[in-house]
Amino acid sequence: METFRNLLDPFPSQQSTFAANVDAIYYFIFWLSTFFFVIIVALMCYFVVKYRRVEGQEPEKSPSHNTPLEVTWSVVPGILVLGIFWWGFTGYVDMRSPPAETYDINVTGQMWSWQFKYGTGAVDSELHVPVGTPVRLIMQSKDVIHSLFVPAFRVKQDVVPGRYSGLWFEATEVGTFDLFCTEYCGQKHSDMITKVVVHATDEAGVTDEVPQTFDKWLEVASDPLEGGRIPLEQAGEKVIGMFGCLQCHSIDGSKKVGPSFKGHFGQQVQTRDGSVLMDENYIRESILEPNAKIRQGYDPKMPSFKGAMKDEWIDAVIAYIKSIQ
Amino acid sequence: MTSHVMPAHSDSHSSADNYLTAKRGFMSWAVTLDHKRIGVMYLIGTMTAMFIGGFLALLLRAEHLSGSPGFVSHDTYNQLFTLHGAIMVFLFIIPSIPGALGNFILPVMLGAKDVAFPRMNLCSFYLWVFGAIFFVGALLTTGLDTGWTFYTPYSTNTSQTNVVLATLGAFILGFSSIFTGLNFIVTIHTMRPPGMTWFRMPLFLWSLYATAIIQVLATPVLGITLLLLAAERMFGLGIFDPKLGGDPVLYQHFFWFYSHPAVYIMILPGMGIISELISTFSRKAIFGYRFIAFSSMAIALLGFLVWGHHMFASGQSEMVTIIFSALTFSVSIPSAIKVFNWLATMYKGSIVLATPMCYALSFLFLFTIGGLTGLFLGALATDIHLHDTYFVVAHFHYVMMGGTLVAFVGGLFYWWPKMTGKMYNEFWGQISALIVFVAFNLTFFPQFVMGSRGMPRRYYNYLPEFQVYHVLSTIGAFLLGFGLLLAAIVLITSLFKGRKAPANPWGAATLEWQCSSPPPLANFEKTPTVGNPYDMQSVVWDPDTESFVRRGEVPIVPDESEQPAHA
Repeated sequence: METFRNLLDPFPSQQSTFAANVDAIYYFIFWLSTFFFVIIVALMCYFVVKYRRVEGQEPEKSPSHNTPLEVTWSVVPGILVLGIFWWGFTGYVDMRSPPAETYDINVTGQMWSWQFKYGTGAVDSELHVPVGTPVRLIMQSKDVIHSLFVPAFRVKQDVVPGRYSGLWFEATEVGTFDLFCTEYCGQKHSDMITKVVVHATDEAGVTDEVPQTFDKWLEVASDPLEGGRIPLEQAGEKVIGMFGCLQCHSIDGSKKVGPSFKGHFGQQVQTRDGSVLMDENYIRESILEPNAKIRQGYDPKMPSFKGAMKDEWIDAVIAYIKSIQ
Repeated sequence: MTSHVMPAHSDSHSSADNYLTAKRGFMSWAVTLDHKRIGVMYLIGTMTAMFIGGFLALLLRAEHLSGSPGFVSHDTYNQLFTLHGAIMVFLFIIPSIPGALGNFILPVMLGAKDVAFPRMNLCSFYLWVFGAIFFVGALLTTGLDTGWTFYTPYSTNTSQTNVVLATLGAFILGFSSIFTGLNFIVTIHTMRPPGMTWFRMPLFLWSLYATAIIQVLATPVLGITLLLLAAERMFGLGIFDPKLGGDPVLYQHFFWFYSHPAVYIMILPGMGIISELISTFSRKAIFGYRFIAFSSMAIALLGFLVWGHHMFASGQSEMVTIIFSALTFSVSIPSAIKVFNWLATMYKGSIVLATPMCYALSFLFLFTIGGLTGLFLGALATDIHLHDTYFVVAHFHYVMMGGTLVAFVGGLFYWWPKMTGKMYNEFWGQISALIVFVAFNLTFFPQFVMGSRGMPRRYYNYLPEFQVYHVLSTIGAFLLGFGLLLAAIVLITSLFKGRKAPANPWGAATLEWQCSSPPPLANFEKTPTVGNPYDMQSVVWDPDTESFVRRGEVPIVPDESEQPAHA
């Protein structure tokens, strides 16, 4: 029974300051609709039984219209939907009015991954935010229209090429939640899924699921090389995670949208119009100008990471690729 | 009050008399100007499209039994949902009721010989065929993977499929729709018989009229939009491409300016059918005739003002978003009025659950859910969450399929005896209605829940938490396909084994029941004069001929037996 009720529960948990209101509006519409629906269906069934045809008997006379009744059942629903509109409208205005002080994160959507850029230069393919803080996302697309959707927060906004779009929210609890692309964007639209990680703002609030405070996470993320304290290859693996490279490249030799990182380093490889030595220069060029020399058998689909991936991070990526050969 | 129409040829003699047998041979169909034959050809064409579109749906639902890759690839899946949508919308739902049932029934219901422009009517049909060929061409060559909505810049810059071929197909189909609409408007204005004022027209005709207005006014916008899309793709004009200074969201405005009114093209004729079915099978005049007539016109007009509700999260301004939300609620009221009036028609009626009535009651249930779930989407704060999730998919299937398709099938069972001269097997027809009803709910109700839980649309893979809903939905879909197949089998079997149909098997009072089943080539032997189209008591059951006949044509002894039991 418990599972059955869980199955019917229309919402994921409420994880933003908007969620309770959105859910309340939904339930208001739901119960109002159910009320009218039950009346309509009950009457329908009742009439079918009570007024079933009896051979040889014509129906009793009854009026063919009733203007006061018809006006009433036009006006009353009219007033009810006006109420629904008003409540939806005020909720919406709230969602479109970020407070004066927000923590801003830049978002880039591209086929088929997300990049979240923080003030410190940190970049990640997951969205990390501090709990209990108004966060504003400033979003753009590198290619086609995408849409950023976090069901637990009840927020969504299309991410459009050629302009900025925005949304804001305040997360209410520490935890991790799904983030989907929800505007069809081609082949791997349904793989463009990532997570929102809501961090505590002080040590007291950390959990097993999210063990770092936001500030700690940001500090580490801003420097994937960790000041040289970790091996460069390990830093490279982190950078690859931050930029969502594995969405299109494998590390086991298998072909995906892009060529595998494993294999061919140090060898001559075929490109669409010639060949090139697969070395440090080629990797760097592929990151900054991906369409310059495309590998044979692949299409021009890789976006450029110029401006987003710092030089030392490129060094780390190169080190990592060399390490997995 | 009632008038004599023509001698009761009804159901008796030589089949050489009717439109099906009057001329024979392929050419007699290929260049026919007879609206009835054109209607039959549309019926075959749109039904074929429906089964192809349905088959694609079953493939994609089968893929969804698991959230991880099944038996098709990402790309194939994206093409499946695109072609399912495009074929269903452009080749089936929009043209079916006006083209198949409207073409056949409208002139006969008007007591006329044909539509105003028979040649234009044939032209409409061939435009449908050519448009269909283009679509099938796209399907068989590169496929299509943009979604039926062709959003830019994916459709202009990125998609590797033959977008231009498909959009040109839709462009051609648009003209089919425009010409049909034009034809119906002129026919209704100029060819009503003496005595049939606007408010003595059957409601099915009012619905076709309102639909025709939308077809004529809105479809050209789609045509231009598709041309711009094709031009952008071929010549890189920069209308929608931001890299060239264009605006991708502008495309959405152009597209939805047509495609929202298009959904009213889809539903209004269905609602017209329901008015006929419920009144006939309650043996009672439709309640609130004028409000229903006016509500069809209101829906047609208000439907042009709400397109932005497809774009609440698109980046259009907040001001315009708020205005569209408010206007959207206005269009819900005329639909609600119809539902209440249909219910009130059943009150104190004399109801029989013939197959068409089973579908009509199914419509009441399913369309009401579809309409009510539109409220969640019209309200801004909830729409932000629900937009582009399966909640929307469920909503539009409830109204387009639970609404239009169910009404179409009900209308088909209703007018089948008239069109073919055969009665179908009532029991199996009712079973098909029951299966369709149950299976439909099983298919689409879980989609509301998974949508609000966050399952996005157009997803090939999905997170494991959504699997149980997908499995239920897939089981329902196969059952639904079976139910519709059963309905088709029931109807087609009747052509070979069905009992001969009388002129008026149901006891309706509209004019098409006063000619034989099937009708003669010229529909009526002399121009009829008309009375109240909902005066069911003007026809009475004659057990000898197993038919309803007009009062006064059959000796009635004694007269009191026809009076109701109470005064």
